[in-house]
Amino acid sequence: MPDGPRTLYEKLWSSHVVRDEGDGVCVIYVDRHLLHEVSTPQAFEGLRAKGLPVRRPETHLAVVDHAIPTRNRGGPISDPQAAAQIALLEANCREFGIELIPVQDVRQGIVHVIGPELGFTEPGITLVCGDSHTTTHGAFGALAFGIGASECESVMAANVLRQTRAKTLLVRVSGAFAPGVAAKDLILAIVGRLGGAGATGYAIEYAGPTIAAMSMAERMTVCNMTIEAGSRTGLIAPDETTFAWLEGRPFAPQGADWDRAIAGWRALPSDSGAVFDQTLEIDAATLAPQVTWGSSPDQVAAIGGRVPDPAAQGSEAAQRKTARAIDYMGLTPGGALEDIAIDKVFIGSCTNSRIEDLRAAADIARGRHVAAGVGAIVVPGSGQVKRQAEAEGLDKVFLAAGFEWREPGCSLCVAMNDDRLQPGERCASTSNRNFEGRQGPGARTHLMSPAMAAAAAVTGRLTDVRKLAV
Amino acid sequence: MEPLVNLTSRVAVIPEADIDTDTIFPARFLLLTVKKGLGRYAFHDRWTVSGVEAPGFPLIPGAADPARILIAGRNFGCGSSREQAVWALHDLGVRVILAASFGEIFRSNCFKSGVLPIVLPQADLDRLQTAGILTIDLATLTVAAPGLAPLAFEIEDWRREALMNGWDDVLVLLKTQADAIAIFEAARRAAAPWLFPTAP
Repeated sequence: MPDGPRTLYEKLWSSHVVRDEGDGVCVIYVDRHLLHEVSTPQAFEGLRAKGLPVRRPETHLAVVDHAIPTRNRGGPISDPQAAAQIALLEANCREFGIELIPVQDVRQGIVHVIGPELGFTEPGITLVCGDSHTTTHGAFGALAFGIGASECESVMAANVLRQTRAKTLLVRVSGAFAPGVAAKDLILAIVGRLGGAGATGYAIEYAGPTIAAMSMAERMTVCNMTIEAGSRTGLIAPDETTFAWLEGRPFAPQGADWDRAIAGWRALPSDSGAVFDQTLEIDAATLAPQVTWGSSPDQVAAIGGRVPDPAAQGSEAAQRKTARAIDYMGLTPGGALEDIAIDKVFIGSCTNSRIEDLRAAADIARGRHVAAGVGAIVVPGSGQVKRQAEAEGLDKVFLAAGFEWREPGCSLCVAMNDDRLQPGERCASTSNRNFEGRQGPGARTHLMSPAMAAAAAVTGRLTDVRKLAV
Repeated sequence: MEPLVNLTSRVAVIPEADIDTDTIFPARFLLLTVKKGLGRYAFHDRWTVSGVEAPGFPLIPGAADPARILIAGRNFGCGSSREQAVWALHDLGVRVILAASFGEIFRSNCFKSGVLPIVLPQADLDRLQTAGILTIDLATLTVAAPGLAPLAFEIEDWRREALMNGWDDVLVLLKTQADAIAIFEAARRAAAPWLFPTAP
């Protein structure tokens, strides 16, 4: 890598190179690994079959989130497959000496919520997880990316991965959000602008005054959906906001280590004059609340917009894709997005289940009621988020408004637990993917911010939250 | 891992762009904790309608003469990192996938199970689709079809070597990188001791 000004990504990459094999291919060191029950059984089985130990058990932390029900947490798990998968993670962690957060522990929650919450995520490290939304942790200036089960096995056996260095894409965001517009709207708009594969092969750095002014929760929401534009890595430079958020958390460095760590972290931001392969400029002040209308996260529009006309799309391939999505979603070309009636509302997921997200939804729900015929659930991202929300009385707000208040987990974002939509049901969801069948076979998903989802819940249709006075 | 050097097979074509791994392997089957025998769930909700088999989809489990080469639309395998998507395709017999682009994690996962993802321009893929039978050769890095000039493709050298020899990635890393890892760890421990909470 050349001397001179470097980007955040280049600094993170070069500080983890175990061996440079040329042409951008490097063996890179992995500092920390988060595990969940779905992507690790086959990785542990691989270790067992090869007679390999976990090289450094203290670099791994496991939690149950995908398969766990969000109701009746005290009792047995009714789905025998889910129960067996969870028991298997517990047994594997015992066998290989990896710390597992127990299901009943207040620290349990969605892997991308609890990693940061416990300070397991920190600036300057490499962090992986068998989950594509590991991009979330880039909000702290960590080189974090999703991997498959085989790579989980490599990390457990050797703490290294062979990787190809990415190109760099700077997404520079300026301008203040208008009232009713949130971080989720920004990232949906960015994904729409880039397209579902627009950032494949790139590491994205989000920067600019709008990003610098964001809370850690907002930054995590932005980085979380980086994968929806095809990129495995979404980074934000660590700053005083990051340090203040992390200080004192259980895994964060303490005492003299903390001072030393911060000194190193301050050197991480991209140098002035650092060169990116591509740049995208976004003016956040011009954004309206966004909703997806299709079956891919890049099929997104401002809430005041309409379902597109396939015939108006440029290429034949784009026409086919648009037509298929509209057909799957059961919509009509040219129809107003605000006329779309919904059956279900899901507030949760690694994108939007933090305390700030729940506050934003509760502000809309307060003093209103979920519309007749609509089922709405709120699923906090972790036990600690749930406890904080209850301390603030948010659970009472939701319950009084007719929402269900659940236990932490991935829930209706992945629909491999008890929370699943019926075929044809339409959901206003704060999650990250609206793929065909994502929330259950034949289910239809519209992605949006927590405030927008709460607005949809109380009106029974997609609604511009700005029309509901808080 | 079974080595892959060359392969001649009938071709299945799924031209739709942006096929995500949820579509290739629906999430509800992720509760299974095995790696083998997952082919029956591949594209499950595409070849069944309300749980009933609807013929016509090009990759149906149990086919008598399964296609071992798949030509797919661009951005194939985007979305979730679930390696079950690769294991399921492999179990169906698919060993080579050609597309204009791939989801990055899916592409990486392919190599771990001996599946070769080949990137070619869409115009070339459009011509290959009609060929019916293709021959892939990792030794010459070419795709050949009856009546068409062979097309060259590129993959990383280390991945090509692993595929052709059927090497296990974990064992290769442990064998070739042990010293480099130890040296790196010593330096890392000195620079960031809090990342090494236990004694060496």
